[in-house]
Amino acid sequence: MFKLILMISLFFLTLSMMVALYRVIKGPSMPDRVQALDTISISLIGGVAICSVLFHTHALLEIILILGILSFVGTIAFARFIERGVVIERKRIK
Amino acid sequence: MNWLPIMILIPFIFAIFVPLIYKLLTPRIHTGWFVLFVPLTLFIYLLRYIPAIAKGKTIHNTVPWIPSAGINYTTYLDGLGLIFGLLITGVGALVILYSIYYMSKHREALHNFYVYLLLFMGAMLGLVFSDNILVLYVFWELTSISSFLLIAYWSQRKKSRQGALKSMLITIFGGLAMLAGFIMLSMMTNTYSIREMITQVDIMTANSLFLPAMILILIGAFTKSAQFPFSTWLPDAMEAPTPISAYLHSATMVKAGIYLVARFTPVFGGSSEWFWIVSGVGMITLLYGSVNAVKQTDLKALLAYSTISQLGLIMSLLGLGSAAMYFGHGDESTMYAVAVLAAIFHLINHSTFKGSLFMVVGIIDHETGTRDIRKLGGLMHLMPISFTLTIIGSFSMAGLPPFNGFLSKELFFTGVLQAAHLNVFNMETFGMLFPVIAWVASVFTFIYCMILVFKTFTGKYQPKRLEKEAHEAPIGMLIPPIILASLVIAIFFFPNVVSKYLLQPAVVAILPDFAQNGGAHVQISAWHGWNTELFMTIGVVALGVFMFIFLKKWIRIYGIFPQALTLDHLYNQGIEKIESISYRLTNRYMTGSIRDYLVYIFTFMILMLGGAIWLLNGISFDSSNDAPINMYEGGLVAGMVIAACTVLFSKSRMTSLIAVGALGYLVSMLFVIFRAPDLALTQLVVETVTTALFLLCFYHLPELSKNIGRMRFKATNLIVSIGVGMVVTIMALSANGTRLFEPISSYFEDSYELAGAKNIVNAILVDFRGFDTMLEISVLCIAGLGVYTLIKLRLTGRDKE
Repeated sequence: MFKLILMISLFFLTLSMMVALYRVIKGPSMPDRVQALDTISISLIGGVAICSVLFHTHALLEIILILGILSFVGTIAFARFIERGVVIERKRIK
Repeated sequence: MNWLPIMILIPFIFAIFVPLIYKLLTPRIHTGWFVLFVPLTLFIYLLRYIPAIAKGKTIHNTVPWIPSAGINYTTYLDGLGLIFGLLITGVGALVILYSIYYMSKHREALHNFYVYLLLFMGAMLGLVFSDNILVLYVFWELTSISSFLLIAYWSQRKKSRQGALKSMLITIFGGLAMLAGFIMLSMMTNTYSIREMITQVDIMTANSLFLPAMILILIGAFTKSAQFPFSTWLPDAMEAPTPISAYLHSATMVKAGIYLVARFTPVFGGSSEWFWIVSGVGMITLLYGSVNAVKQTDLKALLAYSTISQLGLIMSLLGLGSAAMYFGHGDESTMYAVAVLAAIFHLINHSTFKGSLFMVVGIIDHETGTRDIRKLGGLMHLMPISFTLTIIGSFSMAGLPPFNGFLSKELFFTGVLQAAHLNVFNMETFGMLFPVIAWVASVFTFIYCMILVFKTFTGKYQPKRLEKEAHEAPIGMLIPPIILASLVIAIFFFPNVVSKYLLQPAVVAILPDFAQNGGAHVQISAWHGWNTELFMTIGVVALGVFMFIFLKKWIRIYGIFPQALTLDHLYNQGIEKIESISYRLTNRYMTGSIRDYLVYIFTFMILMLGGAIWLLNGISFDSSNDAPINMYEGGLVAGMVIAACTVLFSKSRMTSLIAVGALGYLVSMLFVIFRAPDLALTQLVVETVTTALFLLCFYHLPELSKNIGRMRFKATNLIVSIGVGMVVTIMALSANGTRLFEPISSYFEDSYELAGAKNIVNAILVDFRGFDTMLEISVLCIAGLGVYTLIKLRLTGRDKE
């Protein structure tokens, strides 16, 4: 029973990822795509968590953390890029 | 203690000190005076062996060099080697004496000259005294190299360099062929020693390598001895200083091939292939050389072609003489042994008269400033001694009495006449060609000998066309040719002394079977009655005189022969064609485009790997050990396929990039499912960074080409990529299907006990196989430094501009 619930939730997560993927491909503007990618990575975190429960292991928990950090950093980077044109600003000392 | 191995090395040792002597004593004393001692000492040392060798003794001595490989510096002295040794040292001493007067001590770089000459002399001595074939090859190549250096002695001249290059290419080509033949010989007999090979002839004749080895060794001998069609280097080698031409290109180096053929006659002789190749090529060379010599206008070129022709004569005699091996013992064999005797006899004679002729030509060149026959003439009264010497040399070469050439020419006719009656090796059909060719070639020989004497010394003296006023040479320059010319006459009057002490031991060395039967006791006599040989000689003289008188009438015939078919032209064309063809070929496939190279690499991979799997029946699928596929895996793989196809078919690069990123993330998810958390972590981070880097590159693309649409379709790419994918897939599946051993991972499962680590992957990375990790770290360091330097260097470079 528990396993079935996990499988169903995994299915829905996959479905939401598909929908987000549609937005990534179609998305008329850049911010749309970035948002969709962020959504996908959050769904991935959920998927990994469910997997670790399914496999009865806590070895995958670091992946969740790293995915979280990466998606945060990635989204910020994209946001800066869209806003200012560069990701890392150069400060020239003369 | 036998000093022979050390004596051979004396020229090399002395060569080290020559530059020192030169630096210290030039220009007070000519360096040549010191060098002269080397060949003189060696000559006297070798003379001491004559009585012992004449009694049938042989002397050998072994100094280990690479004993584990069976390569030893074995010297072996028998009749054949002794003749060559005496020629090398004797003519060497005379040539050095001559060179002292010929080469100016003020203008020439004498230290180079004598170092090269001593190198050559040592190499030549080593060549004729070596018993070990690989050591023989070493000395053989040394003669090629030192000859190359000597021909290009005046390296500031273009023709010298060309001649040196040509002779080097041809002789080294032959040398390499010979090395291959030697290796085959040693494979057949399991020894490197020539003496031991002779004892195993019976085993060798049955071997399939016998014929290839024979042909390869003969190519070596023919290139060195300027036989047809490899003769083309010898006339060009005449750009060398005249002492070198006299020494290398008449008396010694060109006879190395003759030596080789004579030395290997006991091994290969007796087979019909050897008989036909050696004597046939020798005959062709004889005719080719003598016919071409007539049309030369340069004296040295004339002598070069005459050398080619005479070498052909000696070679053909050796070939005819090898028939004696076929018959073994008996009267018939004695008849053919005469040919071998004649070959060795003519070899000695040729060295004497050709050496003196070259020296005389050198004198003429030195004293008049030209060697062109058309400019010379009327020198008889101005240079009487040179004239006498030329007459002696030329008449000996033409085969007239009372000079030694007459005797060997008569013996040569005897040899070919007897060969014509030979009833083996299909000689019944072609046998009569031998005397005919020999006779025609002798007529031409007579003509060019007459040209040499009469066009240079008689006629009208033309002082305006000469660079210097002609006069007789200093006495020192004349002594060496006088000695050689007196030998020419002395051998005619006392041939049996030479025969007894030198020729017969050499015949025994060439035909060892025959020696047990008592040896050849051929009396060489100047007058042997009115026989066919004498009539042939008279015919040669009669027709020769006739043709020489009417030379102007028929010399134009040479113009008919197309220039395009001369060997020189063919060689030059060949070299040019090879260069242009290889240039074009290289340009054809080295396009400079990475795309093409990748196509080659992948096609090669498909052909090699796919071919190997196909031919070796490597396809074996075995799914019994495979794990079942579940839903997540299937879904992920489907996603990966979609992502990969998106990369291929997307219209913009941005989409491809994101698809590559998606592929990377999907792979990391696969790692999750397959329970490899460390891999998944690393993959995620690395994929993110890589995608970011791709984006960076993409962002900096130039505006013009940024918006190229989808990839263009190319059929080759499609075929190659599908092929590679299929080959790799088949390989992976087949490899999975054939599991030969248990994996060793059970050992690592005890990592907590072994290394105190619960994480196996990390334990392997830093403990069990830490070395790899260290090197991976250094790879990352290098990559980082590389990126840094690339960026920085570009900036500094821009500053400099």
